[in-house]
Amino acid sequence: MRTMYFKNNPSILATSSIGGPKETTGALGKYIEIKGEDDTFGETTYEKAEKQMLYTVIKNSIQNAHKEIEDIDAIIAGDLLDQIISATFSARSFDAGYLGVYNACATFTEALTIGAALVDGGYLKSVVCGTSSHFSSAERQYRYPLELGCTRPPQAQWTVTGAGACVLGNGDGVKINCATVGKVVDFGVVDVNNMGAAMAPAAADTLYTHFIETGRTPDYYDAIISGDLGVLGSHVLIDLMWQKGFDISKVYHDCGAIVYKIKEKEYQGGSGAGCSSMVFCSYFYKQLCEKSLKRVLLMSTGALLSSLSAQQGESIPGIAHAVCIES
Amino acid sequence: MENSQNFINENYLNYIKSVSPRTNESKTLFRAFLVGGLICCIGQGFRYLFEYALGLSGNELAAFVSAVMIFLGAFLTGLGVYDRIGKFAGGGSIVPITGFANSVVSPAIEFKTEGYIYGLAAKMFVIAGPIIVFGVASSVLVGLVYYGIYNIF
Repeated sequence: MRTMYFKNNPSILATSSIGGPKETTGALGKYIEIKGEDDTFGETTYEKAEKQMLYTVIKNSIQNAHKEIEDIDAIIAGDLLDQIISATFSARSFDAGYLGVYNACATFTEALTIGAALVDGGYLKSVVCGTSSHFSSAERQYRYPLELGCTRPPQAQWTVTGAGACVLGNGDGVKINCATVGKVVDFGVVDVNNMGAAMAPAAADTLYTHFIETGRTPDYYDAIISGDLGVLGSHVLIDLMWQKGFDISKVYHDCGAIVYKIKEKEYQGGSGAGCSSMVFCSYFYKQLCEKSLKRVLLMSTGALLSSLSAQQGESIPGIAHAVCIES
Repeated sequence: MENSQNFINENYLNYIKSVSPRTNESKTLFRAFLVGGLICCIGQGFRYLFEYALGLSGNELAAFVSAVMIFLGAFLTGLGVYDRIGKFAGGGSIVPITGFANSVVSPAIEFKTEGYIYGLAAKMFVIAGPIIVFGVASSVLVGLVYYGIYNIF
């Protein structure tokens, strides 16, 4: 069994989200709590800017939950940079425990799963879960310099400059009901520009396992939200689930595919560890609080490659963790 | 033994190939031709200018024109314009000598945040490096062939 049920229903007490100029002018921009005027957030480097974003959302989510930092037992955070420096360096400023986690762009639901389990078991009273990503720092690490004049292939995605964090604890709020832990799935995709295709099989595996183990069907949910499969990856996931006998097309959304205003311009949409956290902590959390969505399955998806593994010819393994959130 | 070959799922990869969007080649080729041609025309314009106005010729003229075009490529990279040209033109702005300048200057700007030695200087040739290595190596090879043909026949 890869699905765990949280009997004490840990709650999401509050959230906070931040986005860069491109994200805040996108389709979901008006829901994002803090709108960055430029993508440096007052820092001198993009890495420091990403750290600043994550620090800000952690701090604000604690404030939004009407808590003090002393009330927080642990921060569970991660990001895409080497040695998850954004998470570590933002945790440095808080007087709280810190667990650094990494599952590429699936880090957010990984953090939520761990946080919910710790709170549910009564081991910790309240934790903050957060992730971030920054277009310019990710581009530097995984691809080319920003000023290099090269074109992006049509299947490429755009790393989201943004971060989101939420406070988990016991109290009023939307409840985390259960979580399905993903497994690493690799179908042999080697194209580093086609992350959606690399991650879709892992997403399909987690979703299928979730339905089989819980006995639920897609109708149970008001929304099934994947992290950053993009437009192409979303189609692939719907196809794969159809083959397995589940029609998810009516309730399915992808954070990456809806985050920007113009799909075509950024090709397949957004990606990155901050994509699902920023979109969930702004738009979907609001919908849950207003009860226009009641049952939501959030499934962040990650491509577990490094620039070294790609250069050595390894294919791209994917992962996806699903968390069921009910209002 | 575990081998990454085991993970290849042929059916899935064929399916992905069929649903993935393709590059619109007629569009990208036309844009590359347009911008690449334009850059070469600008170079040719400088060539005429230096030939008639300064009276240069031969290698001196070629070096002068190259220097100006490299400067322009580097300058536009510094202004943040060249990557926009590149986004539109694709290969059209990579192939001319201005593209080479862009590939040296862009990492130099980007990695300046890690300092002048370990950042700027060390990362400067991260993209142009392979071009230089294989360019020099192939020029040696062609030189040897040329020498062989010239002396033997």
